[in-house]
Amino acid sequence: MRLPLLALLAKEPAHGYELKQALEVTFGSAYPSPNIGQIYVTLGRLEKDGFVRAVDVEQSNRPNKKVYYLTAAGREALEAWVDEPTEGPRVRDEFFMKLVLAPLTGIADRMALVNRQRRHYLSLMRDLGELAERTDPGNRVARLLIEGAMLHLQADLDWLERCQEDLT
Amino acid sequence: MWPAVTSTPVIRATGLVKIYQTGGLPVPAVRGVDLVVEPGEFVAIMGPSGSGKSTFVHMLGGLETRTSGEIWLDGKRADTLSESGWAVLRRQKVGFVFQFFNLVTNMTVADNVELPALLGGASPKHARERREYLLAELGLEERAGAAPGQLSGGEQQRVALARALANQPRLLLADEPTGNLDSRNTRDVLKLLGKVHRQGQTIVLVTHDARVASMADRVVSLLDGQIVDDAPIARLQRRPGGTAGDIVELHG
Repeated sequence: MRLPLLALLAKEPAHGYELKQALEVTFGSAYPSPNIGQIYVTLGRLEKDGFVRAVDVEQSNRPNKKVYYLTAAGREALEAWVDEPTEGPRVRDEFFMKLVLAPLTGIADRMALVNRQRRHYLSLMRDLGELAERTDPGNRVARLLIEGAMLHLQADLDWLERCQEDLT
Repeated sequence: MWPAVTSTPVIRATGLVKIYQTGGLPVPAVRGVDLVVEPGEFVAIMGPSGSGKSTFVHMLGGLETRTSGEIWLDGKRADTLSESGWAVLRRQKVGFVFQFFNLVTNMTVADNVELPALLGGASPKHARERREYLLAELGLEERAGAAPGQLSGGEQQRVALARALANQPRLLLADEPTGNLDSRNTRDVLKLLGKVHRQGQTIVLVTHDARVASMADRVVSLLDGQIVDDAPIARLQRRPGGTAGDIVELHG
């Protein structure tokens, strides 16, 4: 959450609620809607680290609101984030832990574990397919997020098949 | 449009076995499979390559003979039929879609789609109407006069699907129908499969594509020629106000 907020503030100063709205508009329904409390907590930490600063803006009949803007240190942190390659997905799968460890304890059958997991992945895929149908075709960001999630799921299923071939 | 729904399963296979005899060594491909498919059901068959899934659906369509076991299609014993008996049964009751379209290259798209209806005994007028309906459903009405070679892969696969549905089969069988398609063309085929399924079409298809399988009511998993799982695909329990965004986060 920290760096996306810095990126939004690099465009223009904003208060917390505006940042929440900007995230929602940009990513659409394919991305979990950010919690406003979480945004304020993150902004507080960014302020403490010197990456953003806040100014109080007076409002008539309402409490002052804090408008945040990016500092030079904040811009540097943002540039460093953009410039470095992003870690690829790591195979550190909770299901794999279950699959490997369960038979040692005698509490579960590997075949049953794999079968249940496959059906769960297919349920997730069906959900994604329905989400894709509901998503505005013009929202390319949301569409690509869903497509990415689908491709990850396909890879998970292919890997599950390999696990079933080799471990059961 | 569909025969009255009865309690007769569209497919009932029991103890189905296929052993290939290659150079003296018997190689079992399918080792005792039981499957019942009710009218209107959509069943996806999954499994690693070599698990026997293609052999299995080919036997269900009479494209391969079984070594032992029984196949009943729409209440009629089918495994004891001769090759010509199977051909008649397929014309009347089964549509088949393959990974590589198998369209007749020197016939137009329209003729490719009309042929099975004509072979199935439909009048030329009925066959033409059915073809016009299917090609329109698939957004292909303007391609009717084209040769298959002039079409993209996705268009050819849609034509293959139209052909398989031309004689209004009791059963649609498919073997990796999207295996050769890119993501956009896969979406077109998925849409049509979803549509005919909602209209009551019984479908059994082999696929490794999770998007295709996720549209099924039920997934059957094969491993080493045997069924290791046969169960419905459950609906996800939705949390109030939850969006699939949570899924994106899980897998992003």
